[in-house]
Amino acid sequence: MSKRVSLFVTCIVDQLFPEIGMATVEVLERLGYTVDFPADQVCCGQPAFNAGYRREAAEVACRCLEVLRNDEFVVVPSGSCASMITHHFEELFAGNPKLLAETRRLTPRLWEFSKFLLEVAQVEDVGARYDGVATFHDSCHGLRTLKIKEGPRRLLAHVKGLTLREMDAAEECCGFGGTFSVKFAGISGAISRTKIESILRTGAGTVVGVDASCLLQIRGALSRSDLPVTTTHLAQVLASR
Amino acid sequence: MAMAEDLESRFRKTLADSGLQAAVYAGTGLLMQKRQAVVNPDVLPDYEELRDHARAIKEHALANLDYYLEQFEENVRAHGGKVVWCRDGDDVALFFADLAREKNARLLVKSKSMTTEEINLNERLEHHGLEVVETDLGEFIVQLAKARPYHIVVPAMNMTRYDISELFQRTLGVGPETVPENQTQIARAVLREKFLAADIGVSGANFLVADSGAVVMVTNEGNGRMSTTLPKVHVAIAGIEKIIPRAQDLPAFLKLLGRSATGQALTVYTSFLSGPRRPGEVDGPEEFYVVLLDNGRTRLLADESKRESLYCLRCGACLNHCPVYRKIGGHNYPWVYSGPIGSVIGPLYRGLERDPWLPFASSLCGACAEVCPVKIHLPKLLLELRRDITDLKSRRGKGWQERIGFRAWAWVMGHPRIYEMLGKMGSFVLRPLASGRWLRRVPFVLNVGPLRAWLSERDLPPLPKQSFRELWRRRAQGRENHATR
Amino acid sequence: MRRDDILRDVRSALRRTAGQPARDVPAARLRLQPADAESRIRQFCAAVENLAGKAHRAASCAEACAYASKLLAGGTAVASNAPFLNTCGITSLPGVRTGRFEEAQLRSLCAVADLGITSADYAIAETGTLVVLSSAEEARMISLLPPVHLAILPSGRILTGLDELFALLPHPAEKTSSMVLITGPSRTADIEMTLIRKVHGPGEVHVVIVES
Repeated sequence: MSKRVSLFVTCIVDQLFPEIGMATVEVLERLGYTVDFPADQVCCGQPAFNAGYRREAAEVACRCLEVLRNDEFVVVPSGSCASMITHHFEELFAGNPKLLAETRRLTPRLWEFSKFLLEVAQVEDVGARYDGVATFHDSCHGLRTLKIKEGPRRLLAHVKGLTLREMDAAEECCGFGGTFSVKFAGISGAISRTKIESILRTGAGTVVGVDASCLLQIRGALSRSDLPVTTTHLAQVLASR
Repeated sequence: MAMAEDLESRFRKTLADSGLQAAVYAGTGLLMQKRQAVVNPDVLPDYEELRDHARAIKEHALANLDYYLEQFEENVRAHGGKVVWCRDGDDVALFFADLAREKNARLLVKSKSMTTEEINLNERLEHHGLEVVETDLGEFIVQLAKARPYHIVVPAMNMTRYDISELFQRTLGVGPETVPENQTQIARAVLREKFLAADIGVSGANFLVADSGAVVMVTNEGNGRMSTTLPKVHVAIAGIEKIIPRAQDLPAFLKLLGRSATGQALTVYTSFLSGPRRPGEVDGPEEFYVVLLDNGRTRLLADESKRESLYCLRCGACLNHCPVYRKIGGHNYPWVYSGPIGSVIGPLYRGLERDPWLPFASSLCGACAEVCPVKIHLPKLLLELRRDITDLKSRRGKGWQERIGFRAWAWVMGHPRIYEMLGKMGSFVLRPLASGRWLRRVPFVLNVGPLRAWLSERDLPPLPKQSFRELWRRRAQGRENHATR
Repeated sequence: MRRDDILRDVRSALRRTAGQPARDVPAARLRLQPADAESRIRQFCAAVENLAGKAHRAASCAEACAYASKLLAGGTAVASNAPFLNTCGITSLPGVRTGRFEEAQLRSLCAVADLGITSADYAIAETGTLVVLSSAEEARMISLLPPVHLAILPSGRILTGLDELFALLPHPAEKTSSMVLITGPSRTADIEMTLIRKVHGPGEVHVVIVES
């Protein structure tokens, strides 16, 4: 199997957390993969899809298909973007046989980052070192659509120096929800603060997750409450030495 | 789509009420825990199988609903009862008015029924000069308080014992009593008088069993039994979607309902009622009516993609697990059904224009679908409603700002260079404001729209000097340079 | 006619025609778990106790009567006309009223009785449930109005689970106008989620299993 993979970095990582993208690349390269970055990539269309604008979402999703049209595995450091592509593109393109076929050629190749490591690269220990106490946030799309739960924990178990403490509300939503975070900001904020209380009860210094949008929401809320707890993407933990 | 000002301020008020927040979070949290204890694979190994089976039965029953409704009616009549077909609340009220007149009835006792809340039955009956007494403890309290039920299963979840003491003093004329056990005994005594004196008992139905002409009630307090045993007349009211084909289908549903709702393997009383008392039977009603209510269900039935929302067992599990419900509580939903299921069937029953914001008030976390005993795809339905609502707005010429916004967004996302340029511009403007830290405030002129909404609750990250693609290009450049050296 | 209108709308929503039978009926799902008598009795008693009920295994009718007398403790009881209660001698215990009453009279008796005594047609081991079918011999209100309910039944009537009940009794409506499954004492959690017993139904449920 080819050791080339394409990276679909996602717009949030690209614009707000490029270090997550770089960490993803680092881990993949360490495992012997050559990483391609199709330069014309932008977005999977999820924001429009979630807001009810399917035509606009389909336009953007269509470009996404074009950009990722190759034979490589595609790695995505985001549970929500990965699940948008693997679980909603079919809905978007229902009635368009050409795009459906294209989607079906893409989805078996497209992997969320932690699942790629475990199921394709088949590694659990990437030789990482990260000193500190962390807790893990189960992102909703990752958890419920992609069944990402044990995977990241197995990967983190091999990270030297890392102590993982589970929060009681690990599976509770962070309150982001895309446009929900701004349309219903008050509720979104209240949900995030409940999440933070759970985080604080673990005494962890950082919150680890597989979805940058959750980390954006959680860190934004932590910062607003002047708390020193940070957020770290799984890729960043695994890239640490 | 801006949220109505008063909606936002109502939310803010609820979110700021720390007592209410604690009560709702704890109440729903307890129900979540109780459910988890009895559905996990150690305790109920065939939980998933039961869900699939229950869903399949509902799917089948509703796909053949006319057949089963007719069979149900036939069997009700065979056992001496009558079926009353009602289009809406007006029909139901008319039926009761006629019945009460015929029986010279004045007092009705009611056991819990969300279907009757849908049509404001009590109000309508009171309008006809009848006394209607809610007998489920939570509903009794809510009725005295002249409020709406807060939660499908725990109607007075938002009230404290002190609220109840004050309420009982004011409405029942009793002295102050804040001990829940004693408050319950007060209600028991008051309501027992009513049970014994009532002319008509009104109940809901959790299930309508087609092959038996039976009404199944799943209860805990005993008021359901009282209401359907003591008065001479029993009227059961149920939406047409409550039909299941056979008595033998019940075990699967009974194993799911109690567990999903309150963590009980079975509730205290499961009543299987088919008709008035049989010859020889000593007690029980002398007359039995089942009111079959449409109230918009036939319309929903026709929408194949949304039909599954009719499978709902009204267990309340989706409410308990919903991060939004757990914050805003039942009274912030516009209709009697709250939480995720309410956000779907509300707009479907009442029209999309009525509360167009409701399906958007969700983070789409999917916890609801995960716990639904009949696997209703609630997030999928919410997404479809969002599409339907935005399409409707388009056709009505409303919400064009947002549409233009997303058209522009789609255009930008289709043009990588423009996207990149805009990203650079945004960074250029916002980075200096952050000075390396997370951003709390922006200048007045920037503090608008989504940015303002975001910043109202949390900080923004310091925008990076270089986007990932820029870093990538540099890296690739660096490697190239290195290679060519 | 409302009926016709509604049925017509249902059919048009489903694209079905009048008189069309149900298509592809899924089989009912009943899983029977074999269990010997001893384990049924044990499981049933444990389940009853778990719900704050009281379960007692009586080796004989005499023992059952002793339990009932002790529970009665000089108060008044109303007993149903279930043949098993008669056979066991319950109906002739002092303080126990029984007989063919008119409804109104039965109501007055039940309204003041300290104890209601019934048998049960079946019991369900898995959940500690009593299954009581209303009949000429078994009035509904006896297990409902008095504050304490005592059920006495032979051990052979204990089934393993709900599935077995509905396998044995696929058409309860043919037998009775009311089949009630009683699982513990009346309860609510409507006030501050506090678990409280004795709401409208009995606050105490006792079950005596007679093994002989």
